[in-house]
Amino acid sequence: MNLSSQTITELKEGLKKGSFRTADILASLKTRYESVEEKVRSFARAPFFQEREFRPSGCLEGIPIVIKDNICSEGDLTECCSKVLSGFVSPYNATVVEHLREAGALIMGKANMDEFAFGSSCETSCFYPTRNPWDTSRVPGGSSGGSAACVAADEAVASLGSDTGGSIRQPAALCGVVGMKPTYGRVSRYGLIAFASSLDQIGPLTKDVRDNALLLSVIAGFDKRDSTSAPLPVPDYGKEMEADIRGMKIGIPREYFVEGLDPEVRSCLAEARARLESLGVTFGEVNLPHTPYAVSVYYIVATAEASSNLARFDGVQYGLRATPASSLEPPLIAMYKETRDKGFGAEAKRRMILGTYVLSSGYYDAYYLRASKARRLIKEDFDSVFKEYDLILTPTSPTPAFKLGEKTEDPLSMYLSDIYTISANLAGVPALSLPCGFTKAGLPVGMQVIGPSFGESDIYRLAYQYEQKTPWHKMKPQL
Amino acid sequence: MTYEPVIGLEVHVQLKTATKAFCGCANLFGSKENSHTCPVCLGLPGALPVFNEKALKSGVKVALALNCAVRTFTKFDRKNYYYPDLPKNFQISQYDVPFAQTGSLEIQAREGRRLVKIKRVHLEEDAGKLIHAEDGPYSLVDYNRAGTPLLEIVTEPDLFSPQEAYDYLTDLKLILQYLDVSDCDMEKGTLRCDANVSLRPAASQTLGTKTELKNMNSFKAVKMALDYEIRRQADVLAEGGRILQETLLWDEKKQATHSMRSKEEAHDYRYFPEPDLPPFVMTTSEIEEIRKELPELPEEKRRRFTRDFGLSRKDSETLTASVRLADFFEACVNLSAEPKKTANWLIGPVSFQMNSRNQDITQLRLSPSALMELIDLAETGKISQLAAKDVLQEMLETGEKPSRIVEEKNLGQVSDSSVLKTVIEQVLAAHQKSVADYQSGKENALMFLVGQVMRASGGKANPKTARQLLIERLKP
Amino acid sequence: MTISRNDVHYIAHLARLGLTEEEVSHFQVQLEGILRYVDKLKELDISNVEPMAHALDLKNVFRKDEITPSLDPRALMKIAPASQGQFYKVPKVIE
Ligand SMILES: [Mg+2]
Ligand SMILES: [Zn+2]
Repeated sequence: MNLSSQTITELKEGLKKGSFRTADILASLKTRYESVEEKVRSFARAPFFQEREFRPSGCLEGIPIVIKDNICSEGDLTECCSKVLSGFVSPYNATVVEHLREAGALIMGKANMDEFAFGSSCETSCFYPTRNPWDTSRVPGGSSGGSAACVAADEAVASLGSDTGGSIRQPAALCGVVGMKPTYGRVSRYGLIAFASSLDQIGPLTKDVRDNALLLSVIAGFDKRDSTSAPLPVPDYGKEMEADIRGMKIGIPREYFVEGLDPEVRSCLAEARARLESLGVTFGEVNLPHTPYAVSVYYIVATAEASSNLARFDGVQYGLRATPASSLEPPLIAMYKETRDKGFGAEAKRRMILGTYVLSSGYYDAYYLRASKARRLIKEDFDSVFKEYDLILTPTSPTPAFKLGEKTEDPLSMYLSDIYTISANLAGVPALSLPCGFTKAGLPVGMQVIGPSFGESDIYRLAYQYEQKTPWHKMKPQL
Repeated sequence: MTYEPVIGLEVHVQLKTATKAFCGCANLFGSKENSHTCPVCLGLPGALPVFNEKALKSGVKVALALNCAVRTFTKFDRKNYYYPDLPKNFQISQYDVPFAQTGSLEIQAREGRRLVKIKRVHLEEDAGKLIHAEDGPYSLVDYNRAGTPLLEIVTEPDLFSPQEAYDYLTDLKLILQYLDVSDCDMEKGTLRCDANVSLRPAASQTLGTKTELKNMNSFKAVKMALDYEIRRQADVLAEGGRILQETLLWDEKKQATHSMRSKEEAHDYRYFPEPDLPPFVMTTSEIEEIRKELPELPEEKRRRFTRDFGLSRKDSETLTASVRLADFFEACVNLSAEPKKTANWLIGPVSFQMNSRNQDITQLRLSPSALMELIDLAETGKISQLAAKDVLQEMLETGEKPSRIVEEKNLGQVSDSSVLKTVIEQVLAAHQKSVADYQSGKENALMFLVGQVMRASGGKANPKTARQLLIERLKP
Repeated sequence: MTISRNDVHYIAHLARLGLTEEEVSHFQVQLEGILRYVDKLKELDISNVEPMAHALDLKNVFRKDEITPSLDPRALMKIAPASQGQFYKVPKVIE
């Protein structure tokens, strides 16, 4: 019985009927892993296919879930795909892991990712790059490239990723799965190894919208261990998404349909719009005038926070410690520098250099402070659109999956591939990517639905109704 | 040219909360290394801080007691620097919006009492502890202290002698103890003080180049280090040299400062708002609520003691130097003890006992009512002053009531002249020479004979009665 | 904005990154390129804008002053690169 391609909803049904057991699901996933992992390399390390203990009740009872390698699970290696964290076995659980366990899920393994989530292609992992299941010469997107690829390749039922500037949505789009970046504060960040604390959110990557809504309901909610988590109740997204979308007002931001947008992506979006209009949704052109500044703001704020967050990886308490054979520096400083030099890849170093620079004496006002102010303007753009519109529809990524190595030498062009996704992180609003077609070459295209803060229900509603009328989520890559 | 020193002090005080500033680990001194640590205070990847509400409240109390303006909006920032006692390699601190600023503390200066200006008070987390191994090229790290709530209290350069600095610290410590927010033990490191000092030509308003002094582990050391540094700077200036802006470490053994080379690099702390902690907003009425909860502070208490109880300024200062002693005094007075006599007893014999036992008043086996009973026995002549001190000693040892002790030990004063007369006859017979001396006009001899009567009676003779009887008996 | 090799060295030292001379050259060029790009922020009039440090408007998030369990230090020493007893061990800190 091939269970690896089934959704959470389908597997729950089968488990309930007694058609199969969790062990059978794991066996199916193992078979699939053994046949495709070599081509895709979704996982940071071999997953667990033995049945781990799980709570015999809850809405994910007996369902295996894959999590990104930057989410701490007690007793498991959690390395952020970085040498600097090699051997780090977390002594505690992230809050989302506790939520998953309480709901009866099993943590099956850790997905590959860009080192410390620094990247948009999953090529900066210290292990190996993950490949796009639809075309293994192409990237799966990043940084949650492994989380997206394992779901797309049917090596996993569903997964969790993290999104700081598009790291869930962009790989979801490039791999043809559904990925949600929730409202900032919706999901606890406790136990998520921080990249940029004011932007990071954990979210689900799934085969369809229903699974996504279900998984978010499980992991969302206030956490007393995260001072930035919202003290708000969690709706039953699965139920709320079934309501009608007739009369919904959607904004199309002019600034997102400009030069650099791939024509095939553009036409997929146009078709999606037509489809939604046929479902009774109305559209209007809107402005998000500060969009052209978003990448700049993002790369200043995110790298500044990262430079501070990553300072703790210094060889003192855990992970890698490297000592140089000889050095002109005092021994402790020499150890710090050698550890960090050997432990971090080029992209991590580049971002820490940039982040340190924009905070350093004499440059704070010109860069960090200016960016923090511009950030507010970007947020206000969204506030004013959401006064009139329920949701915003955009492409997720300007292009479909690009070739491995295509952008690694030019950091700026890599950064620009996040151009449509980073504004949602800066503003803190929720955004989801879902499949909306394929290119002629057979690469998936994703569209992004952005909502106002805590407007996840409406996003799911639109996405679900659209998905019901389209075949995209049922398509499978040939591996 | 004559120079005047200008001194500023930066005090770090550990707040006495049950738990650390941003996690639930116990805030305890002296436990086995790294036994009070968790993902948060170790800065393990993924862990997040949540602020202890008691720490802010304690901080606000201190700020109000120091007459500071408490901000209604405050936030935390990250101060970034690498040091192995700092688990995250940044310290959660406050940079541009300290929760309180522009306060003052009254000290006794040469020209009388005056206010020392306080620049700012802010909250931050403490670092762990480093132990430098003697036997090898390594150091050991203990993070039990990491994350303990710290209050940083910074004065303006508004102290003008090492003695003023010493007085400021003494008074600050007393206020913190009255507020019961910190142990203020410099040896344990729960209170730490750095000083900066510069010299300027007398009567000039411009400040000279300052140096920063660290590593003083007592108030006395602060004073000595300042004395030393002022002399050093004066010597440099006298020789036409220039003062280098630098950090100096006080060496207690050598009684000298030396330059701290390794931290000479530029301080580029890259402060930015702590993204893991949303800001804190207090209303003015919430701040006023906390002000209402403030206890009476030392200076108010001193003034009240002199005014209401007629104590001298000096006695008031001595009694209020410990809030426990002051409370004990007031408990006695509330039992209608005579304030002046009670003060004398507390400052005299009781303090002597506290010092010799190294205990404070609450640790002694002494209740206000027991002390009053003792004072009463002595004042009414039922026991001698000498015996009273022995009774006090016995009370502290056994916890017995003074009247029981007097009874058991038969310490009651003997005023019965028929009993005393027998003793006197024995004394006179044994000291014929003194008798002759007295009779030939040597008054001193009488004192000697009284002493001998006291001795022969085992200290119980009422000295006044004995003296009277002797004079009558030796009348020519 | 031009970035000198010295600037890169200074920043790398602040970030405790040991860089090869080749990396310094590389980062010098790339940092300059990125800074040139972000310079477009200078076009914006931000004089009356409050900086935004948090994505969500929360305030006064506290915990009660109540003790919660600490970790077992023996487990921590297991993942430490070097330890002695229950201490973390680091190369000598010179003062
Ligand atoms: Mg400080
Ligand atoms: Zn802790």
